[in-house]
Amino acid sequence: MFTKYIFFFLSTVALYSAIMVLLSRKPIHSVLYLTLTFFAIAGHYILLNAQFLAVVHVIVYAGAIMVLFLFTVMLLNLNKEEVSPKPVWIKIVAIIAGCLLMIVLIGIFRGYDIAIEKDPALTQIGLVKNLGQVLYKQYLLPFELASILFLTAMVGAVLLGKKEQI
Amino acid sequence: MKDLIVTLIPVFPLLGFLILGLGFNRIPKKLASLIGPGTVLISFILSFIIFVIIAAGSRRGVQTWPVTEVFNWMTFGGLSLSFSFYIDPLSALMLLVVTGVGFLIHVYSIGYMEHDQGYNRFFAYMNLFVFFMLILVMGANYLIMFIGWEGVGLCSYLLIGFWFRNQEFNNAAKKAFIMNRIGDLGFLLGMFLLFTTFGSLNYIDVFHNAKGFLPGTGVVTAITLLLFAGAVGKSAQIPLYTWLPDAMAGPTPVSALIHAATMVTAGVYMVARSNILYALAPATMTVVAVTGLVTALFAAAIAIYQNDIKKILAYSTISQLGYMFLGLGLGAFTGAMFHLITHAFFKALLFLAAGSVIHAMDGEQDIRKMGGLGSALPKTRWTFLIGTITIAGMPPFAGFFSKDEILSSVFTHSMILWVVAVTGALMTAFYMFRLYFLTFSGNFRGNIKQLQHLRDAEPVMMIPLILLAFLSVTGGIINLPALAGGSAWLHSFLGPVFADATPLLKGPVYFLDAQTDYLLVGVTIVYVAVMIVVAWSRFVKKSLIPDEATILRSPVARILTNKFYIDELYDLLFVRPSLWLSKVCHDVMEIRIIDRTVNGAGTLVVKAGNTIRYLQTGHVGFYVFMMVVGIIAILLFNLVI
Amino acid sequence: MQFIPISYYLIFCSVLFCIGVIGVLIKRNALLILMSVELMINSINLLLAAFSTYLNDPAGQIFVFFIMVVAAAEVAIGLAIIVVIYRTTHSIDIDVLNKLKW
Repeated sequence: MFTKYIFFFLSTVALYSAIMVLLSRKPIHSVLYLTLTFFAIAGHYILLNAQFLAVVHVIVYAGAIMVLFLFTVMLLNLNKEEVSPKPVWIKIVAIIAGCLLMIVLIGIFRGYDIAIEKDPALTQIGLVKNLGQVLYKQYLLPFELASILFLTAMVGAVLLGKKEQI
Repeated sequence: MKDLIVTLIPVFPLLGFLILGLGFNRIPKKLASLIGPGTVLISFILSFIIFVIIAAGSRRGVQTWPVTEVFNWMTFGGLSLSFSFYIDPLSALMLLVVTGVGFLIHVYSIGYMEHDQGYNRFFAYMNLFVFFMLILVMGANYLIMFIGWEGVGLCSYLLIGFWFRNQEFNNAAKKAFIMNRIGDLGFLLGMFLLFTTFGSLNYIDVFHNAKGFLPGTGVVTAITLLLFAGAVGKSAQIPLYTWLPDAMAGPTPVSALIHAATMVTAGVYMVARSNILYALAPATMTVVAVTGLVTALFAAAIAIYQNDIKKILAYSTISQLGYMFLGLGLGAFTGAMFHLITHAFFKALLFLAAGSVIHAMDGEQDIRKMGGLGSALPKTRWTFLIGTITIAGMPPFAGFFSKDEILSSVFTHSMILWVVAVTGALMTAFYMFRLYFLTFSGNFRGNIKQLQHLRDAEPVMMIPLILLAFLSVTGGIINLPALAGGSAWLHSFLGPVFADATPLLKGPVYFLDAQTDYLLVGVTIVYVAVMIVVAWSRFVKKSLIPDEATILRSPVARILTNKFYIDELYDLLFVRPSLWLSKVCHDVMEIRIIDRTVNGAGTLVVKAGNTIRYLQTGHVGFYVFMMVVGIIAILLFNLVI
Repeated sequence: MQFIPISYYLIFCSVLFCIGVIGVLIKRNALLILMSVELMINSINLLLAAFSTYLNDPAGQIFVFFIMVVAAAEVAIGLAIIVVIYRTTHSIDIDVLNKLKW
């Protein structure tokens, strides 16, 4: 029972701040609301007993990605309202389209369920020890490849960020 | 060890082909003339080793021979095909003929093709031909034989059209290829039927299973008839013979090797190989015999009025092949194989000697413009004379024994058939001596330029000729009948191959009492001698030179000169209707229907593109919007379904 | 005892995903579009983790881990591109970038 309340609380926070990301006038506020959303999702991870993911999520998203966003906003001095927002009719059409998608998705997922006996909060697979076993045994090659991906991304970012013409 | 040797036999000509074919003209001529004949010589030596092993085994009374599997080609369903070779006395003998005669002709070609631009290409094709012929002969199942069968057809096409700048030669090549395809279709269908009937294409399995069938079974008759259709195409029998005279467009060594000595005998080999199947189908045997006899007569009749030295030889080849099929059809498998071998010797000899004449005459092939070459080309003359006597069937040359064996087996079947067959043999003697006398006797009828460099060819061309002449004279030894004091070695050697078929054949194959045999031989020899004298008196004593005016006066001669109008008949029956059909298809199907559909499709795409490209605005937002709409549509679609 | 049904997660994630989609659609600021994309990625991540837990299969969480890896790389590159765009056009309005057409 208690977990259910936590679930609803976290979901409400996440959805509210996600909507506020879109409604905020200043990009800096959007970034801050997004951070809040990420924390709420991290809470969800803990609720699912995926502790490792929760920690990584906070470090990567709230720690690294959001800082990158903030830096970009500040570096480019973008913290002002959108100069020319899209025409209202486009916004309305877009919202209708999004809501339609939502209705269709909910229509699809409604009533779908998995029968479980054990409390999901008590599963052990999300623990660092168990995930580490899987990651370093079964998924070792993708793990190593991920490092190459990062290297590539780093080189690309540096190359793009350089002032002079490439 | 033996398996290795067997596998290596076809490898060398293939290597030669690859080296010469890929090297083009970068390989110097001297090296090419070493590789071309050299690879065949190695194959010949290896074949000889194999032959000795087989012969030794045969003397010890070995009745079965192992299959050499090179690799497993493919397996699917109930069909398992292995690329394997089967060497028994029959194929060992064929190996010797193919590589031996092939080698001599390769050597001859060094001289004959010396000044040709496509020297390396020529040897590449020839090596490829020898390779495919070896595959054909050595294959252990019908599919491998078919590979060789098609391969030699391809090489024949390439070599007939060797001088591809001449459109007529190209047409002759195409004609040969298409005529062969008609027969090959029969062969292919026969193979399918063979597989559905026996569940295998391996010789050993098929022949073993065939023993369980009763003679005259419908399906076996169908199989043998279809296979025989292939043999008719390849061995130029009626009705598919017209390609062979045209095939003389190729260089003379090609005519000698492919269109006389080896490839055209593939049909004979195939029938001899499938002897059990044929023995089980008496109806097919009759068809084979009749086809052979009719072809033998027909071609011999045409040859009498031909004036092109190579075409006469081509028709005589068709005629001799007819005799082989006659022998096969009457169950004289050994006799047919014997004639095949001697024919390979003397026909190669005749063609090569003719090549030497053509060489000396600067490419002239019309015997009316020759004459009196005997004194200028003594070696060519003597070798040619040997070949002529051999093919005419005078003892003690090889052709006499082989032809006599077929004729005797004809006699045991029917007296009338024998008379007809002997008539063909007499015609052969007449036209061959007509050819000989017109070419080598009398006065020279060519132009002065040709007269100046009339001389025998260089030794590299003459040595193969002399060797072949020697073989033509002595080749009869391998199957000297008891009457002539021999032991009929070929009979005992090939006996095990035909062992299963012999009891199935109705009549006795070769059991004439000595008196009758002597009588028959005597009659034949006397008549042949008469024909020679007739030819001599016409073309030497009266020195009659055939010319258009006198020929056209006699209706028979006119028909024969025009080769029974068979080419014209085929043109009317098959070529023109198919040309008409092609034209209709082109005008209606191609232009009106297919072209319009294809062009319409193109136009539709262009027009649709011109319309739809306005949607490409360059606004990312719009694209994302369309994407979302698309996703919704797909999800909704799934939801509804 | 009643647990949270998996459909709750499904619906929550769908809503979050659609908010991300709407954000991509209505915003002209490249930075905010990138943030909306992050929202969508996170909704998917959460769903993967939820299923992983419910089905007791660690592969789902490993996937989330790799998605995070890719997302981090993507953000780094994306922001670098935005910086370059800003330098050349002095704007991060994506509707200015409409040169890519016939």
